[in-house]
Amino acid sequence: MISVKNISYTYMTGTPFEKTALKNISFDVAEGEVLAVAGHTGSGKSTLIQIVAGLIDLQIGAVEIDNLPVADKKIRRLVGIVFQYPEHQLFEETVERDIAFGPKNFGLDDAEISARVEEAMRQVGLPAELKNVSPFELSGGQRRRVAIAGILALKPKYLILDEPTAGLDPLAKENLLKEIFGVIKKSGVTIILVSHNMEDIARFANRVVVLAQGKILFVGTPRELFAQEEILSRAGLEPPPITQLLRKLNIDENILSLDEAEKFILKNWRKV
Amino acid sequence: MKNFIRAENLRHVYKSSSGDKVALAEINFSISQGEFVAIIGTNGSGKSTLAKHFNALLLPTSGKIFIDGLDTSDEKNLWRVRENVGMVFQNPDSEIVAAIVEDDVAFGLENLGIEPQKIRERVDLALDSVNMSDYKKFAPSKLSGGQKQRIAIAGVIAMRTKIIVFDEPTAMLDPQGRREILEMVKKLHAQGKTIIYITHFMEEAAAAQRVFVMEGGRIIKDDTPREVFTDVKEMRRLGFGVPVAAELAERLRRKNFKLPQKILTADELAEALK
Repeated sequence: MISVKNISYTYMTGTPFEKTALKNISFDVAEGEVLAVAGHTGSGKSTLIQIVAGLIDLQIGAVEIDNLPVADKKIRRLVGIVFQYPEHQLFEETVERDIAFGPKNFGLDDAEISARVEEAMRQVGLPAELKNVSPFELSGGQRRRVAIAGILALKPKYLILDEPTAGLDPLAKENLLKEIFGVIKKSGVTIILVSHNMEDIARFANRVVVLAQGKILFVGTPRELFAQEEILSRAGLEPPPITQLLRKLNIDENILSLDEAEKFILKNWRKV
Repeated sequence: MKNFIRAENLRHVYKSSSGDKVALAEINFSISQGEFVAIIGTNGSGKSTLAKHFNALLLPTSGKIFIDGLDTSDEKNLWRVRENVGMVFQNPDSEIVAAIVEDDVAFGLENLGIEPQKIRERVDLALDSVNMSDYKKFAPSKLSGGQKQRIAIAGVIAMRTKIIVFDEPTAMLDPQGRREILEMVKKLHAQGKTIIYITHFMEEAAAAQRVFVMEGGRIIKDDTPREVFTDVKEMRRLGFGVPVAAELAERLRRKNFKLPQKILTADELAEALK
């Protein structure tokens, strides 16, 4: 379990540029769940996940991961983080070497490394024959998969994904989401998904934390969130398109998918 | 004016050691002055390659593209083509060159050798039209992604080009930033600019007058957003989403609801279901 207790964070304290990024943030992430963190640019999402991953030192409050304080170096093996546009960080000559880079630094033996590379490639849907190809010859969507595979090969128990589908075309986006939340989730990983796409959150998250100006506005299920339009608009977010459509149709039910909408209309509408 | 931008059998091949790659196979179109054209297509369909042909950042391997009658492959036209076509790219961080917002907006004008007083006027007007006047002395690094992208757009507005090409300008922005940029684009169109707008967001493409759908280096569909996005089956085959109202209407039709064929918006579906 990850537990975040009363953390606050201020950048450039004591200078004219002083800026409070987080204020009194508390929440837990249960094992096996998908927790979304939503909020618009500048809401504090990035600062928060970097603190949880141990990349920024705590100022006020506490973060514990499996009962270890976040400053403990052991948590580096528990938490994997995939940044926005992770493909910008690829650098090796082949796909295999790029994915193997992290496991090598963990000091694993060669047999274990190559087994992990193979498994990670399978998890993100990269064909094995791409192993010896330069990542720079691949498409944008494939490069992103290589970058994610590099983190999966570390076998993190907790995986933080920062806008994993930003900039991908709709098809590549859909396929990547299916892989992350189908295949990867099956391996029991706990996921923190940073996103401002409410449709993705509706489909994949068990719970969602909404941040605005460094404070938590809401913690609960996506369904509860979308019923509270006022919170969304205060956070600068929009309900998923299906929710917006149903409001226009004066359907007040708490419906999150096309399937549910179709069923509801078939049941309650006379055919026109 | 018709044939303001015209492509004739435009072809582009990237050459590399591992073999040639045909990025644009055979592109033909004609765009009138003042049109707002959206281009959609999956990654690798040739959209961004096509974008770079509008201002001669790339030249055709064969075939031609004419901008206001100017053949881009003729070297002596290069500067006149670029005076006609402004470009806004996906990542604002890689477009911004100066340390102060107003210097960044002035950059292109300085390069054209325009006198300082005129530059001053144009920069102020451009910043005003993207609602960023209050930020003119700011460092771009202190701005949000949406604000940076507005600065990049101000730079293009200041150049007073007749055509503006946007290559996925909202891909890196949050919903609010995306709304701001789309509003800006609509405003520029209303002022008479010719807009070429490449996007992965179908709801943005739906704001255009005309949509090109690209696949495998070809334009496979050239029609109004209504015709393009109400063809739910075809859009799905191509790997695109459609607006959720079109999708729900299609599902209900399959369940024998008698609904008009071309429903695109929530309001239209609400009207039909009344």
